[in-house]
This record gives sequence, C-alpha cells and structure tokens, in this order.
Amino acid sequence: MAEQEPHGYWTIAATFLVAYVLAVLPLPHWLIWARPEWLALVLIYWTIALPHRVGMVTGLLLGLGLDVLEGAVMGQNAFALVVVASLCQVLYQRLRVFSLWQQAGMVFVLVGINQLVCQWVQNLEGVGRQSLTFLLPAFSSAVLWPVVLHFLRELRRHYRVT
Amino acid sequence: MLAVVSLITADLHFNALQTTRAVLAAAATPVYWIADLPSRLGEWSETHVQSRSQLLEENARLRRENLVLQGRSHQMASLQAENVRLRALLNSSALLRDDVLVAELIGVSPDPMRHQLVLNKGEQDGVFVGQPLIDADGLLGQIVEVSSISSRAMLITDATHSIPVQVNRNGVRAIAEGTGVLGTLEVHHVAATTDIREGDLLVTSGLGGRFPVGYPVAVVSEVERDPGQPFARILARPSAALDRSRHVLLVFTAGHGRES
Repeated sequence: MAEQEPHGYWTIAATFLVAYVLAVLPLPHWLIWARPEWLALVLIYWTIALPHRVGMVTGLLLGLGLDVLEGAVMGQNAFALVVVASLCQVLYQRLRVFSLWQQAGMVFVLVGINQLVCQWVQNLEGVGRQSLTFLLPAFSSAVLWPVVLHFLRELRRHYRVT
Repeated sequence: MLAVVSLITADLHFNALQTTRAVLAAAATPVYWIADLPSRLGEWSETHVQSRSQLLEENARLRRENLVLQGRSHQMASLQAENVRLRALLNSSALLRDDVLVAELIGVSPDPMRHQLVLNKGEQDGVFVGQPLIDADGLLGQIVEVSSISSRAMLITDATHSIPVQVNRNGVRAIAEGTGVLGTLEVHHVAATTDIREGDLLVTSGLGGRFPVGYPVAVVSEVERDPGQPFARILARPSAALDRSRHVLLVFTAGHGRES
C-alpha cells in the first residue's frame, strides 16, 4: 500500500542530530555529572514507536557517532546502545501500554544498563568512575522521559512518520 | 555484537583506528560548533553591546598595559641577548624561542571523567599529535587526536595522563600524574626524604622529549610523609586555568617546526 510506505527519514535523522548537539552542549559544573543520555532517550522512543525501522543497526551507527564525538573508545557507546535497542525491540509491546511513570521507571533501567556497559568499557580503559555517580544520568533521563516522549510524539504525528 | 567487541579491542590495544577516527572527527566538528553557539553568542553580545564610556575606559587601560608590557619586552630582548651570549660562553646550545599558534576552544568532553578539550585548529594548521598546549599561566596538556579541521587535547589532570616535571627550586625530578579530579595532580614515587615542600613550583623537565623545558605545570599544595610508606604522598594544583581558558596556545617546539 502506498500509504504504508515508510517516510520521514529526515525527521528521525534531525531528532538524532539534535540529540548529538545536546549530548556535547557545555553544562554548568554542578550539572555535568547528571547529563541526561539524550541519544539513548531518543533512540528508545523511536525503537518503541517504530520497531520495524529503528533498532540495533541504528543503535550501532549512532553509538559509533557518539564515540567519535566524545573521544571515547570506539565501540563503547555503540555496544551500550545496541544492548538498549535490542531490549527495546523485545519490550516495545509492553512498554507501549505502560503508564507514563512506569515507562519512566523502565527508561531508568534501560539508561542504567547503557551507563553500566559504558562503565565496564571505561574501566577496561582505566578511566571509570569510582562511585555510583555513573547512574545519575539514568535518573535525570528518567525524569526527562515524559518531556521527550511528549515532544517526539507530537513531532511524529505532525510529520506523520510511520 | 562480535563486531563491536572486536572494535573495542582494536581501539584499546592496537590503536588501529586512528585514521578512521580522524576522518569521522572532522565530520563531527560541526556538532561541537553548534553546541558552542550559545556561549559564542554570549561572548559576542558582551563585546558588542557595551557603552561608550566602558569602551573608552577599557581602551585607556589596555594602552597603559601595552606601555608597561612594551617596556618589559625591551628589557626582555636585552636579557635574551645576554642569555644567548652567556650560553655561548658555556658552550651549550642556545634556547630557541618556541613558536606558538592561538587556538580557540569549541568544546569540552561531555564525560566528566575524561578531561579533554576540542580545539578549532587541526592538521591544516600544522597541529600534530603530542603537541603541548599552554595558556598564560602554565601547561594545559597535549594533543591526542588530530583531524583536518579540529583537534582533541588531553588535559594534564586526566586520569590517564602523566608528565615528567622537576621542582623549580632544586631540580628534583618526578612524574606528575592526573587524578581525574580537575585541580589536582599527584606526584608519584618521590622518596620520603626528598626535599620537596608545599608551595614549590613544578616545571616541565623536558625529559621524554614531548614537552619543552621550563613551562610551569603545578604548585605543590600538600606533602604528606607517612613513616610507614616508602614514598611521600604529594598533591599539586595545576598553574594553568584548566576549566576557564577559552583561548589556548599550541606550542611548536624546535624539533617540530611549523611548515608553512
């Protein structure tokens, strides 16, 4: 069917680009430990909304981009985002019927896993954090999830991304 | 999954992805540029939206400062000439003055554990990996990655960075390592009986050939001598404004001339 043909590539790409910019935006000192994982949030949204289009391969490519941007070990964020995307692929039917705050709880878990994987790789490299502060971004991401969800949903409906 | 794991191994242990990384980093530079726009705008409005009296005042102040500095630089020229003469007498090689390039900060690493800066100068400007980076007060770090239009520098406080230093007062040599905490360096493996005190200035020793001799690195802020430990525990505070400099200087040392 002509109407089912996927379109809106540019909308999706634009949201990821904005997430990249937010991911390296300079932040004040007290906020820097709790920088939300914007890219993971946007990836989670698109994987839940369009699991047939956005998934592990998208996660892999996006993660490689973030690695270059952050100067991290090549593959660190790619690994983490592939894990997150695959979990979303498994869970999307459940996540869709969750209430907003249940979803936020799941986002906390998903971004927490993302952070944990990053932490593993960073420890291999020798620059890991010594305390549980690496989970702070998971918390801030969960708090921001309703905002991100609302914004991206409106965007998706407005541009009819299917 | 296997691909990702092999990628991580390749980058961590074999450094095999340098060129790929350089190309991708050039493509990623616009992202940093956009993220930097707000602070750039702030700076622009600060310089452009100013009253006449403020500008006049600043102008007068700069004139005064310029006069003083000019006087000093004349003095400096004669001192330098004298220095060269004395060195010639001592039969040692003359100290060449290092050439510098001003670079602007366009981004900092979003990960607080990774003390890295992104600069707006790259291979096109002659920047090379390992190039020392200074600001007005002292050594900042070194370049670790170069793409064609931007480069990435590691600060001396990064947990994976070490630098050979010596105490300015008596020439005691040591290694200063980053701790991952901005504003603290740790000087390792200094015997408990070594003459090193709080307030001592640590300067680059030039050993290892990476950093030129004599740039201030840090000031010793704490010395703890535990009789049970073979080494003293020494902390130092970097001289350079690591988290405040927006303009930094890339130093071209004698070996690495700037090809123009």
